[in-house]
Amino acid sequence: MKGFILSFRSEFYKSRKTLGFWASIILPLFICTLIFIGFYVKAEKLAGMPPMMLWLQFAGATLGIMGSLLLPMYTIFIAYSVNSIEHKADTWKSIFGLPIARWSVYGAKYLYAAFLIFLCLALFVLFTIGFGNLLSVVKPSLRFDNYHMEKELAQVYFKLFLSSIGILSIQFILSLIWADFLKPMGIGFICTITGVILASKNWEYCYLFPYSHPMEAITTMMHRGEAAANGIQIDVFTKDVWVSLIIGAVIFIAGYFIVLKKSVK
Amino acid sequence: MVIRTEGLSFTFGKQQVVKKLSLNVPEGSIYGFLGPNGAGKTTTIKLLLNLLKIQHGSIHIFEQDIQTNRISILSQIGSLIEQPAIYHHLTGKENLINRALLLQVPMNRVDEMLALVQLTNAAGKKAGQYSLGMKQRLGIALALLADPKLLILDEPTNGLDPNGIIEIRELLIKLVKEHNKTVFISSHLLAEVERMATHVGIINYGELLFQGSIAELQALSQPMICIETDNTVDAANLLKRNSFIIIDVTDSYVYLPYTSKQQTADVNALLHNSGHAIFSIGKQQKDLERLFLDITQKA
Repeated sequence: MKGFILSFRSEFYKSRKTLGFWASIILPLFICTLIFIGFYVKAEKLAGMPPMMLWLQFAGATLGIMGSLLLPMYTIFIAYSVNSIEHKADTWKSIFGLPIARWSVYGAKYLYAAFLIFLCLALFVLFTIGFGNLLSVVKPSLRFDNYHMEKELAQVYFKLFLSSIGILSIQFILSLIWADFLKPMGIGFICTITGVILASKNWEYCYLFPYSHPMEAITTMMHRGEAAANGIQIDVFTKDVWVSLIIGAVIFIAGYFIVLKKSVK
Repeated sequence: MVIRTEGLSFTFGKQQVVKKLSLNVPEGSIYGFLGPNGAGKTTTIKLLLNLLKIQHGSIHIFEQDIQTNRISILSQIGSLIEQPAIYHHLTGKENLINRALLLQVPMNRVDEMLALVQLTNAAGKKAGQYSLGMKQRLGIALALLADPKLLILDEPTNGLDPNGIIEIRELLIKLVKEHNKTVFISSHLLAEVERMATHVGIINYGELLFQGSIAELQALSQPMICIETDNTVDAANLLKRNSFIIIDVTDSYVYLPYTSKQQTADVNALLHNSGHAIFSIGKQQKDLERLFLDITQKA
């Protein structure tokens, strides 16, 4: 366990000056700022809207692209980024030559990638709520302060995080095996497009395909059945999320055995 | 023995890279692991560090089996394999701090190591901007950081200038003499190893062709009589007709095996009486370079 914590700390230390780490902060900040500016400029048009609809519009602007493109591509990028640090520096041989168990090195790297995705999505929640409330201060005609959906937003983003685990495990092992950028990126991109097409065409088995999961997560998030008192109820643990977690776990464990068998070149 | 391998073999695809290698590295030695490029040196080192899975044979380090005691063995080894593994986006000092975090080494060791390899002034510079020699020195600092008992270095003087090579050599000799470390160092340059090694192993095409102390290696070297004369071919033919064995003939020199002082005098008299001008004649030890070539070419 000690080796795992040391490796995790080292992952942070190594990556804190890389784009992979900063992308997790800059991406949500950039997108939320853009939407903030959009709402600020179009404030007059939106002024009459009920607060709940305002929030749905505001949060929906990011959530729309999040499921179809942003989250899968970002996951592919993060999986590549944490592994490419070692490929570029030719350091696999030195980290696997350290007196630290191999599973600690592998597990810490994987968990650090998952942590970066979590951080990015958590910041999306934080910035969405922050900028929404800021809008009600700078444009009092937008009544963001009259409605609260912090909990629902957090649930949706948590669901998105869980839905990315399957993709993360696959991309993580691809990026670990292949040093170059194009192979894991190319495979990931094609799978993402396929996933989006399958999910948007409502193919009945698309919940089994990991790259469809982020989009599925968005389409299955609204609770069907009896509506809650405030009108919005989020289903976090839907079928697709469970499949994502199971695929994620299975490939994570299989990946470990691949690493164990793999000779360090 | 600090390192002991028995019948170690390794195959990449169909090519056998290491063949039944039995290494014996005594404690407190500088073991020069010599061989031409592609002889199987790096593969052997990767096997010693458990980076490659053992296919046949066994490896014992500090009398423990590497397969079952990987972590306890690796905690006593510092290594440098091929090009130093360095994060280019971090500074030299940050590279050492990162390793110190992983190995739980006190942070003051980082500055000590920087001073030891003379990188204190470049500590804040990105390692990607380092020269090859500086990277190599940083690699050695990383290997030494945890104060390991055994250092395994794969061609550590690659890319270093003569001053750098001398510094590394002196550092390694000092580590062995004053701190009782054991150094296993691979090289394709005999001259480099000859100046510091106490023990030598020579490998070619994956096979160990010689193993022993440097004195034992030198003992293998047969002395010769070296004659500088005006017409080397005629001189060689004359000697041959008189039942002398000729080792080599060049434009200026004739070489034959040395047996005794009297034999040297006889050769001299024979050539002189036959009208050959002899510019010089004397006993010469076959140098190690030639011996190394002989041993590796025989295989």
